[in-house]
Amino acid sequence: MITETVLASGGLDCHLVPEGCGFPAPGAEIFVFDPVWSPTLFGLTFNITKPAILLLLAAVVVAGFFMYAFRRPALVPRGAQNVGELGYVFVRDGIARDTLGKDGDAFVPFLFTFFFFVWIVNFFGIVPFLQMPATSRFAIPVAFAAIVYLLWVPLGIRRQGFGPFMRSMTMPPDVPKAMYVLLIPIEFVSNLVVRPFTHAVRLFANMFAGHLLIATFSIATWYLLSPSIIGIIGSAASFVVSIALTAFELLIQALQAYVFTLLTAVYIGSALHAEH
Amino acid sequence: MSLLAEVTGSIGSIGYGLSAIGPGIGIGIIFGQGVQAIARQPEAYGVIRQNMILGFALAEALALIGFVVPFVFGV
Repeated sequence: MITETVLASGGLDCHLVPEGCGFPAPGAEIFVFDPVWSPTLFGLTFNITKPAILLLLAAVVVAGFFMYAFRRPALVPRGAQNVGELGYVFVRDGIARDTLGKDGDAFVPFLFTFFFFVWIVNFFGIVPFLQMPATSRFAIPVAFAAIVYLLWVPLGIRRQGFGPFMRSMTMPPDVPKAMYVLLIPIEFVSNLVVRPFTHAVRLFANMFAGHLLIATFSIATWYLLSPSIIGIIGSAASFVVSIALTAFELLIQALQAYVFTLLTAVYIGSALHAEH
Repeated sequence: MSLLAEVTGSIGSIGYGLSAIGPGIGIGIIFGQGVQAIARQPEAYGVIRQNMILGFALAEALALIGFVVPFVFGV
């Protein structure tokens, strides 16, 4: 939390006195929250923290909105149904059908859920008072990427058979035979080992970096404030930058949700059809 | 062991700077060529944009790993 960092740095207004107290740049500690509730189940203690609550809230918001939007579907959509259908068509035509072709329709519910859930979880990063993208905790994108990985690898083995699937993953076609000595290990690592890792890191690092940037400039707004011209200019500039970064984050959040879903579709596509 | 040269301070930020060079060039090429492709064939906008964002996401991952690693492995 920003306020905690400010408080942890030795008081709220020591920067206003001539000696100052430095600028406590925020670090990874702003992503650590005290548990709100620690229930014990089956001998295990679960620490419910702010990101966990935000995940549940995002699930409720997404499910609630679409249940409301499609509660009485009309042939001519009105109001919320319009928005819901716009989102549905975007995922179906823009992601599923473009990458998977006609097989894509079977995966639209999966991709649709992922897109809107990830987007809303990211979006909480700039909602006042929530202000924490839960995806900036590494465990959460890892769980998302693990779900995707556990979908497309068994799917590929089932659709293509184990041997052909492994061949399509490790042996790119139209390559001189001798090159396979080099290519098989590289392709194996890049397609089956690093792929889920980068899938998770991409979402995590974007949200982490974005949240850290906004926090840095928000704290700078407060810490550069002092009764002098330079202080006021510096503080005002930081404030403007933090607002601009919030708008930029709005774009990045939607883009990263899109990229995450698009890559999910591409991975599913590589499981359904061998590369040719 | 005698040291020949030493770098002190925030080495993680130097590492991030180094890791951003490659993706920076890559993303520049991706969007440059993508815009050129759209200018040549505006009717293929949808497909080009999708592939552009896909390529951007793959190139960007390297810079992001460079950004995160100093936080994960300490100073």
